[in-house]
Amino acid sequence: MSETTSTTGTAPAPVADNTKPLASEPKGKTGAARILAGRDAITIYALIAFLIYAAITIPRFASPVTTGFLLLDVIPVLLIAMPMTLIIITGEIDLSVASIAGLTSALMGVLWAGGMDIGLVLAISLLAGVAAGMFNGFLIAVLGLPSLAVTIGTLALFRGLALVTIGDNAVANFPKALTAFFTSKLGGTGIPTVMIGVVAVIVFFGVLLHFTPFGRGLFAIGYSKEAASFVGINVARSKFWLYVASGAVSALAGIYWTLRYTSARSDNASGLELAVIAAVLLGGVSIFGGKGSIPGVIAGVLLIGSLNYALRLARVSDVVLITVTGLLLIVSVVAPSVGSAIRQWRHTRRVRRSFTRTTN
Amino acid sequence: MQQTDSSRSGPSGERSGPALSLSHAAKTFGPVVALADGTVDIRAGEIHALVGENGAGKSTLVKILAGLHHPDSGDFRVGGESVQFRNVGDSKAAGISVIYQEPTLFPDLSVAENIFVGRQPKGRFGLISKATMVREAGLLFERLGVPIDPTRTAEGLSIADQQIIEIAKAISLDAKVLVMDEPTAALSGVEVERLFAVARSLRDKGTGILFISHRFDEVFDLCDRITVMRDGRYIATHRTADVTVAEIVREMVGRDIEALFPKTVAEIGDTVLKVDGLSRAGVFRDISFDVRAGEIVALAGLVGAGRTEVARAVFGIDPYDAGKISFRGSTLKPRDPQAAITAGMGFVPEDRRKQGLVMNLSVARNITLTLRNKLATAGLINGAAERRAAQEWSKRLQVKAGSQEHAVSTLSGGNQQKVVLAKWLAMDPHLLIIDEPTRGIDVGTKSEVHRLISDLAGRGIAILMISSELPEVLGMADRVLVMREGRITAELDRAGANPESVMHAATSSSGGTP
Repeated sequence: MSETTSTTGTAPAPVADNTKPLASEPKGKTGAARILAGRDAITIYALIAFLIYAAITIPRFASPVTTGFLLLDVIPVLLIAMPMTLIIITGEIDLSVASIAGLTSALMGVLWAGGMDIGLVLAISLLAGVAAGMFNGFLIAVLGLPSLAVTIGTLALFRGLALVTIGDNAVANFPKALTAFFTSKLGGTGIPTVMIGVVAVIVFFGVLLHFTPFGRGLFAIGYSKEAASFVGINVARSKFWLYVASGAVSALAGIYWTLRYTSARSDNASGLELAVIAAVLLGGVSIFGGKGSIPGVIAGVLLIGSLNYALRLARVSDVVLITVTGLLLIVSVVAPSVGSAIRQWRHTRRVRRSFTRTTN
Repeated sequence: MQQTDSSRSGPSGERSGPALSLSHAAKTFGPVVALADGTVDIRAGEIHALVGENGAGKSTLVKILAGLHHPDSGDFRVGGESVQFRNVGDSKAAGISVIYQEPTLFPDLSVAENIFVGRQPKGRFGLISKATMVREAGLLFERLGVPIDPTRTAEGLSIADQQIIEIAKAISLDAKVLVMDEPTAALSGVEVERLFAVARSLRDKGTGILFISHRFDEVFDLCDRITVMRDGRYIATHRTADVTVAEIVREMVGRDIEALFPKTVAEIGDTVLKVDGLSRAGVFRDISFDVRAGEIVALAGLVGAGRTEVARAVFGIDPYDAGKISFRGSTLKPRDPQAAITAGMGFVPEDRRKQGLVMNLSVARNITLTLRNKLATAGLINGAAERRAAQEWSKRLQVKAGSQEHAVSTLSGGNQQKVVLAKWLAMDPHLLIIDEPTRGIDVGTKSEVHRLISDLAGRGIAILMISSELPEVLGMADRVLVMREGRITAELDRAGANPESVMHAATSSSGGTP
């Protein structure tokens, strides 16, 4: 391929490499192999390995009680991680999710304390989340403002509104039947009943991302907004709806939080956005956009969740816990960059060598 | 990097010393050979022209001189000393200054600050001495004979003035070689004259100047010697006095036009696209034309004439202020690419890497991006059908890649272009707008792309092709529309289109001077 340079002007011009196979010929990794070797698969393996290790070494870890509490703990993160995955894949971010959950919680408390029907309370709280998402979406997709700046702003704004709504009060007297339902289990499996709803949300976002034209568009947007708009993808509209979805799911997480802990407070779920983003990145989603999968993110959420739970069972202090999560996150972000840097270095060396060989 | 003083041929100037010489420099980017044999020598006290078609390797060569690219092989000497630049700083230190078509000044800094940015003269207490800076800048402008106030901010200066500032900067850096990359592309006649006067006076003081231009009248007016490049290779160097424009053009093109650009005769059908009085303030004005089925219509003109902008407006990427676009009999909604695509319009953009392809996405996913809605049943994408479509189209266009699952960024330029074409052909278009179909593609694949386009026209697809390569325009097009400064200045049929008529319509009377 690399030709020697020539002094005459009549030497053959560089031509395309004809030895390469056509792309249509099946070669290289096919679907299944790719899934098994991908970045997100590593998180899934790590999760499985850790669960086996914990089950053997930590007493009481392998029990329905563990399953129950672990899942109850991770549900808010798991829920919000779904729309967050889609948003990060498009190259944006939403930091206001936990504040939307808090705002929803505060609203629920005030409306219920004011004597409203519980069905109506839930509906209005959910709509509040949708409205908050629309506000984010308007600023980011319609006005084109940077999502990082906008959602740092709304992170403070929505938390502030929550405080205005409910103040320092806490509302706790939600209907017993409802709160009991939120902590109930499916028979003796230890799996919380609400997981049915959570699985529905996961399936919805999983199908949306991986099996629809809309999802195909999100990956394209994440890599190149310009190229995406050239194939007719409406970048602004796609982003707008993602933020609306994020607001709605954050509201669901807020409702869950309130009823599980039977407490509507303005500071509910505070700081949760970082846990969500950490889990999403650990699950193999690229912070630069374009890469990621729902199965990987589920594994990321469960890995952080079970790690935390196991360390707590082993009576390790919270400080260590936070440190471990932080390190995991850094490793997950750094590892692919190091990998590609090594590949780039090898490639350059190969090119250099072939040149010195042909020109000497 | 360090030079001996022998290279400093002073203002008294023997004009023979090679201030800079590059021999057989090569540069590849992955599988793409950008430069196969870059050879040029610039003497002190001469203006040396570098000419060649788009894609001939001129800009890669300039980037090597500027220290932006490292050549993979070849010999590079400045003032007789072998050099290896690690970065732009090394190049500057060796006495090379590059002035680009669009200068990059800091708009909020003053003219004087722009000239001395990064090496401001220090006064007492090591603080920047503004007075010294302004005084020295004033002296530079006096030497150049141009009245620019050193204290004003760079914002709002004309491109011509910005270039003069870049030149002043180069002089203050004691540049021995000045590289000007298409400096006149955005200048009016008067400004060009002033730039030339400055260039000549620098030459007379012993500076070597490399001048890159597409305009032959300027090259022949200004330059002492001419180096021709083609397809990434050095072809020849001539003394200007010894050659004619025709000889240079032949060397630039270097091949029989008809043989390389095989436009087969196609049956011309009904009008597919009709553009009527399209205008956008400050960009293009009163653009009217039509394209019929099976016809290749070329939009020719200089870079910056507004051709791409018209195409983007037609496709719905950009808005327009007035006019009407009818496509297959019905009016097309403005600012809605999806509507254009649904109606059967495809757009192969000029910038393949940024607009044509999602570079990090796989070959298969890129091909099926335009099909994503068609491939879905009940809202869900049929994975098997998706793979089949990608396979079929990459096979039809002979896309060469390791695997369909590889990112398109790993493919060569020609194969990338085939993926772009595959993507649009897969949706069975009635009109394809192709902006610079063979930019950055090596010659072997070039003719393959040309054959493909001609083949598409033969099947009744209407083609609107934008091209800056004259041989491509003349070889491929049934009709040529020439644009200049946002307006269509000529419409030529195949018989009436020749290099002279197209270039005349594209350049003549620009800027209002003879």
